[in-house]
Amino acid sequence: MELKEKLVSSFLAFEAEVDTTNDIHDIRTEAIKSFEKYGFPTKKLEAWKYTSLNSVLKNDFSLFPKKEAVIEFKDVKQYFISDLDSYKIVFIDGVYSSHLSGTTHDKIDVCLMSSALTQDRFKAVIDVYYNKIAKEDGLVSLNTAYAREGAYIYIPKNTAADKPIQIIHFATGLEQASMLQPRNLIVAEDNTEVTIIERHQNLSDKKVFTNSVTEIYTGKNAHVDYYKIQNDTDTATLIDNTFAEQHSNSLCSVHTFAFGGEITRNNLNFFQKGQGIDSILNGVTILEGKAHVDHNTLVEHQQPNCESHQDYKGIFDEKSTGVFNGKIIVDQEAQKTNAFQSNNNILLSDKATVNSKPQLEIFADDVKCSHGCTIGQLDESALFYMRSRGIAPKEAKALLMYAFANNVLETVKVPQLKTRINKIIAKKLGVNLGFDL
Amino acid sequence: MSKYKSMLEIKDLHASVEDKEILKGLNLKVNAGEVHAIMGPNGAGKSTLASVVSGKEEYEVTSGTILLDGEDIEELAAEERAHKGIFLSFQYPVEIPGVSVTNFMKTAINETRKARGLEEMPARDMLKKIKEKSELLEIDSKFLSRSLNEGFSGGEKKRNEIFQMAMLEPKVAILDETDSGLDIDALRIVANGVNKLKGKDNAVIVITHYQRLLDYIVPDFVHVLYDGKIVKSGTKDLALELEEKGYDWIKEEQKA
Repeated sequence: MELKEKLVSSFLAFEAEVDTTNDIHDIRTEAIKSFEKYGFPTKKLEAWKYTSLNSVLKNDFSLFPKKEAVIEFKDVKQYFISDLDSYKIVFIDGVYSSHLSGTTHDKIDVCLMSSALTQDRFKAVIDVYYNKIAKEDGLVSLNTAYAREGAYIYIPKNTAADKPIQIIHFATGLEQASMLQPRNLIVAEDNTEVTIIERHQNLSDKKVFTNSVTEIYTGKNAHVDYYKIQNDTDTATLIDNTFAEQHSNSLCSVHTFAFGGEITRNNLNFFQKGQGIDSILNGVTILEGKAHVDHNTLVEHQQPNCESHQDYKGIFDEKSTGVFNGKIIVDQEAQKTNAFQSNNNILLSDKATVNSKPQLEIFADDVKCSHGCTIGQLDESALFYMRSRGIAPKEAKALLMYAFANNVLETVKVPQLKTRINKIIAKKLGVNLGFDL
Repeated sequence: MSKYKSMLEIKDLHASVEDKEILKGLNLKVNAGEVHAIMGPNGAGKSTLASVVSGKEEYEVTSGTILLDGEDIEELAAEERAHKGIFLSFQYPVEIPGVSVTNFMKTAINETRKARGLEEMPARDMLKKIKEKSELLEIDSKFLSRSLNEGFSGGEKKRNEIFQMAMLEPKVAILDETDSGLDIDALRIVANGVNKLKGKDNAVIVITHYQRLLDYIVPDFVHVLYDGKIVKSGTKDLALELEEKGYDWIKEEQKA
């Protein structure tokens, strides 16, 4: 049976497991119909021209975990940023792991979507924000239909989260192939601050297909920094659908560190609904093997006097492939918009491929918009210069790659995270440079 | 055997780039403690000589030998030659955005120490050395945290090259047109730096078009490189003669 049919026909079984009496039931029922209509995206769609899910969809995915896996903290400690004092929301095969997590309801809510969707005290927030920011398409609808678990973060107005929040999804390989559909909701009301770090980690060599949806509400004067670490195995596929809605004078940043995975697709959408907004979309992609990463961004400037900044750096070795598809829409009303987009790539191998496509749709006449895209190789003269100073080729190349990615790395505001990212990069490049750039 | 220790010895060196022969049987012997100047018209092969000795891979040595302390270094990679004490001050230093001068130097020194079987230099010693050598070259500490050569003026780039030389303490330093693009003050600072660094255990090869630099860095020997060969050698008076008469008489002599 094709995966689509299996998902549609399993929906009733899924519904039997969850509470069908509340409003979410209606949202799910609508969503499965929508998925049935749209199905999975194919390469015929312009936005999916360079990313095919065919190889992934042919797997016979298990949709519900039949048993629970237990993992010890010491075995997965390396995937946490453990020197960072933080709240933690951890899932194992899609199921909440209380012993690995550290949640709170003190001033802010850092807890589970399963609680938020079923308990009355969260209803007021869920009614206003849940499934309101995400835009309907096949994958989002599929997630909405099957959504029952994920991170729920609520920061009431005039509050700053006292610690960053780590969201980690582990897959243990209980089944030959598993599908996970986490659903996250972040609500940062007016005058708030919160920092979130998210990671998906496959612990086995079994297939994992994650279709994740995250909605981020950023109220007036709110400040949300969201960091994604995508450094998964070559049997893990991730489709990350993130939707950020921003109100006046807010700042929302999303950093995506894409270092591995079979197929990683980031659908990152920003909607500016006020003035004085800044949206920051940064990415560093470093791939080898046959890994494929597709960054598909959308920034919609709906109001005047706002800014957006996109800076994506990519380094591709061996047969890896990268896609950057960045769309900026400036509505007629959105005068004095400043929108910048840059995508720079280095190909280390003649078998690596990058497709970069900026799209600007500007309907206002007094705006500053720029985009730049480069695809090149490491500078040979710089390599020789470094080697003539005693730096071996491997280290010299690594130093150049660090330097290339550095203006994105230096925008990471959590020092422990920055150190971790540097370590991941150093490990990937097989070097120990002994300092942070 | 000479009583002086020969530091760099180049014998009958032939080198080509893209099948075009540039060096055509070059001989040069540089002893410890000496300063040699290599002058010559454009296209004579001066920069090629610098590139070949420092190990640039585009250049193919077709015959001849390059000995450093009696050891043939021709098969060594650029970084291995650096580890053994070869240093090239680039005519056009390369800009490396995102790598600070300090981090570049730390990496270069520690990579060299590693290759020599030494521990990394303790951070405190490194800082002390950086401070000492940057003062020698009159380099502002703010400059050290800037990206290597990015947006540097011509003079800053060259001063930074000599700063690197001071940090790495090479046996043989080749200064490829270090005077080009320098005003008189920068020239004085750079020359002063080089003079303080030269000693009985190292040697300096100054490649230049003009006699001007040699007023500041006084050579023991001056060689004229023409058409891939050293065609004339002499004392610093030869440089003055070249300054006065140009290179045409050398060319005429060669034709004769």
